[in-house]
Amino acid sequence: MASYKLNINGESREIDVAEDTPMLWVLRDNLHLVGTKYGCGIAQCGACTIHVDGKAVRSCQLRVSQVGEKKITTIEGLSEDGSHPVQQAWIEHDVPQCGYCQAGQIMTASALLAENKNPSDTDIATAMNGNICRCGTYTRIRAAVKTAAKNA
Amino acid sequence: MTNDINHKRRSFIKVSAAAGGGMMLGFNFIACKEESKIPDFIAPNLSEPSEWTTLNGFLSIGDNGVVTIMSPNPEIGQNVKTSMPMIVAEELDADWNQVIVEQAGLDTENFERQIAGGSQSIRHGWKNLRKTGATARNLLLQAAAAKLDVTIEELTTSKGIIYHEASDKSLGYGEVASLAADYTAPEEIKLKDPKDFAIIGHDTRNVDGFSIVQGKPLYGLDVNMPGTKIAMIVHPPAFGMKLKSMDDGSIKSMSGITDVVKINVEPEGWNPQWSDVNAYPELVAIVGNSTWEVMKAKKAIKIDWEGETALENSVDHEATMTKLLAEQDGELARKDGDPDKAFADADKVVEKTYTAPFLAHNTMEPMNFYANVTADKAELIGPIQTPMFLEGTLEGVLGIPKENISIMMTRMGGGFGRRLYGHFATEAALISQAVQKPVKLVYTREDDMTQGTYRPAYKVTYKAGLDKDGNLLAFGIKGSGIPGSPVFENRFPAGAVDHYQVQNIQVETNISTGAWRAPRSNFIATAEQSFLDEVAEAAGKDPIDFRLSLFDKAIKEPVGKDNDYDAERYAGVLKLVKEKANWGSETSGVYRGVSAYYCHNSYVAQVLDVEISGDVPKVKRVYCAVDCGIVVNPMAAKNQIEGGIVDGIGHAMYSAMTFKDGAPEQSNFHNYRLIRQAEAPESIEVFFVDNGIDPTGLGEPSLPPIGAALANALYQAVGKRFYQQPFGNENDLLG
Repeated sequence: MASYKLNINGESREIDVAEDTPMLWVLRDNLHLVGTKYGCGIAQCGACTIHVDGKAVRSCQLRVSQVGEKKITTIEGLSEDGSHPVQQAWIEHDVPQCGYCQAGQIMTASALLAENKNPSDTDIATAMNGNICRCGTYTRIRAAVKTAAKNA
Repeated sequence: MTNDINHKRRSFIKVSAAAGGGMMLGFNFIACKEESKIPDFIAPNLSEPSEWTTLNGFLSIGDNGVVTIMSPNPEIGQNVKTSMPMIVAEELDADWNQVIVEQAGLDTENFERQIAGGSQSIRHGWKNLRKTGATARNLLLQAAAAKLDVTIEELTTSKGIIYHEASDKSLGYGEVASLAADYTAPEEIKLKDPKDFAIIGHDTRNVDGFSIVQGKPLYGLDVNMPGTKIAMIVHPPAFGMKLKSMDDGSIKSMSGITDVVKINVEPEGWNPQWSDVNAYPELVAIVGNSTWEVMKAKKAIKIDWEGETALENSVDHEATMTKLLAEQDGELARKDGDPDKAFADADKVVEKTYTAPFLAHNTMEPMNFYANVTADKAELIGPIQTPMFLEGTLEGVLGIPKENISIMMTRMGGGFGRRLYGHFATEAALISQAVQKPVKLVYTREDDMTQGTYRPAYKVTYKAGLDKDGNLLAFGIKGSGIPGSPVFENRFPAGAVDHYQVQNIQVETNISTGAWRAPRSNFIATAEQSFLDEVAEAAGKDPIDFRLSLFDKAIKEPVGKDNDYDAERYAGVLKLVKEKANWGSETSGVYRGVSAYYCHNSYVAQVLDVEISGDVPKVKRVYCAVDCGIVVNPMAAKNQIEGGIVDGIGHAMYSAMTFKDGAPEQSNFHNYRLIRQAEAPESIEVFFVDNGIDPTGLGEPSLPPIGAALANALYQAVGKRFYQQPFGNENDLLG
């Protein structure tokens, strides 16, 4: 066990965990930020996507000891009130079916749009290909990313 | 969390309902006020009433007009949590913007058929949900009539307001709700004319949508009750093996580990139900303080396993089916005319065999459940499609009477049939009972994928006899699978062919199998519709015209009596998709396939366009015509259809579960391939038939036919027929 001071959603949080603990479980078990989802644990599904200094990262593969001063943003911190253009576009297109993967999809999409204001279909397909949606809402996700790009 | 709130509320309603003899009396909600706080992220513009009146098990109305509607059925992503309350709200004539939806727990007194399965929630609930809303509206009208001193016939309603036109007076539902509880509803309640629907048939967003996009705790894995320990199971590495011995000393001293126990979900003398499918009743459970600590202990524990029954190989399983189909007559399920003679007389005979592998469900949220079992009580919270069956299983396994068992359903991160089989909930309960602590059982993805109730492998041989003009004389089907053939003997083309025969052959396995989205249909539709495409080609006919001529025969001179479809509606969706896809027009570089199927009481026809992009065929567009009767929520219905199409394309192209010496060869998404964003169609256009018929299934019917639309388009693109799923595994996809 070791003590860590982390910057999560703009707040300083202290936790005491084993140094090999993935950020996914620090967020879910220690900080009760359960919007970040467990799907595979091997960076194959994207359900656990968070932002580390603004970049999309699979939190199941990021050990707490690797984080240091970096700024972590989770779905809970993407906006205070669900007003981020990507969240709003997801509502507009009524994207979710079961909804379980959507926080990860939204975190990947918002990181994409932060870098690329006007992504092409290929840009979207490439960026979003690591996020599995078992319900098959891919066409709506694509449309929502485009709407978010327009409204951002 | 909200589950707990719902649970308390549900208990309260149950007690009240019993006291009122079904229809409820007014009650004061202030006692439960704290728990009733309206979550503002669901309905930001709602204010909290100071008093609630519960009119029946589904409905409470606040004195300010806010309406709470309970959603009785498990929500797995099929959107019943929105669509079922919409039906109640329609007949209540409520203002949907003033409605709060709450998930109900298992409550067999107030609700019927709390199951997510068979695409039957709306079809089964349709009349009762309407009647529930209409009954409550009638009570409100009776109270308003008394208050205004007029007759009920003089009153009208709209969006939660009661109007008396003659005196220009109006009353909000909230103003008469507490009075309404004193009235009794008549037996016969008039329902709305569908043309007057103000909520049904209108695009309505998912009631949980705003919570989902903000990452609010909604799912079983998000349950966080005080004092809960994390539990994980270790199951045998192969089907056919069982626990021999374990050395828990190796992990008991590890950080955060509190308990290591053995459990058995099938105690001696206990009779399992259909939902108790489980290949591994005896398991090792590890309990500890955090998920990561328990995961590490799970990797470190030393367990010896031993063989119990055969260790199966998928290649042998398939070879067995091939041999049986080739060498044996199956059990005769249906015979019309004289198929043997007709085949002998035929000018041309086409015979083809189709195969598909085992599939895992792979819900994105792995299996999990919260359980707190004490000496005489069990409280469970989690994702389950069959809570009413789980209750019976728990009673038998735990030895606790049903009345002391509570089950709350969370929103589910996918179902697809996997959560019909609730052994994981029983395991959680047994672990809690054994360690005397509340636990949340969490399956890793590997646990989830390697301890499935898989879609079994199937194989079917089709045979068609054509006369010299290309008319279909005879049709034969011989199917094999687990626990039986995938063939529905009374579905199309039964009834459209004079000489017709179906034979079934059963094969065995010790691998646990069960329902997977559109059971049996998910395979047989692709086989049948691929075959018909090939037969149409052999007959020298357009594939749509060929099918339409068969439906024409089934309409005008149907063969046999038990044909399980309406040929006019079937032909209707084909004609609709033909028109919408502009079938018959040729576009350079675009290759088209068609398919149609009927299941879950609904009709679907699809045209799929493939283009060759680089070296790879790419699905560009899908046109889909659907006849599911009245569409409750078009926006969500389209989403279901789109999802079924993507799901069907993905599994037909990429997915397979195989076994070697009983051990699953796939364990996570690095070696079990699911369809991804870049492989999904660019567009899916959905067209609903508007016929005013009572609604039928929607969660499953778009999946079964799409594999054939794909195979038939691929054939046009690459000149090769596809008989073996997954198609993408064939190295020579491009011929």
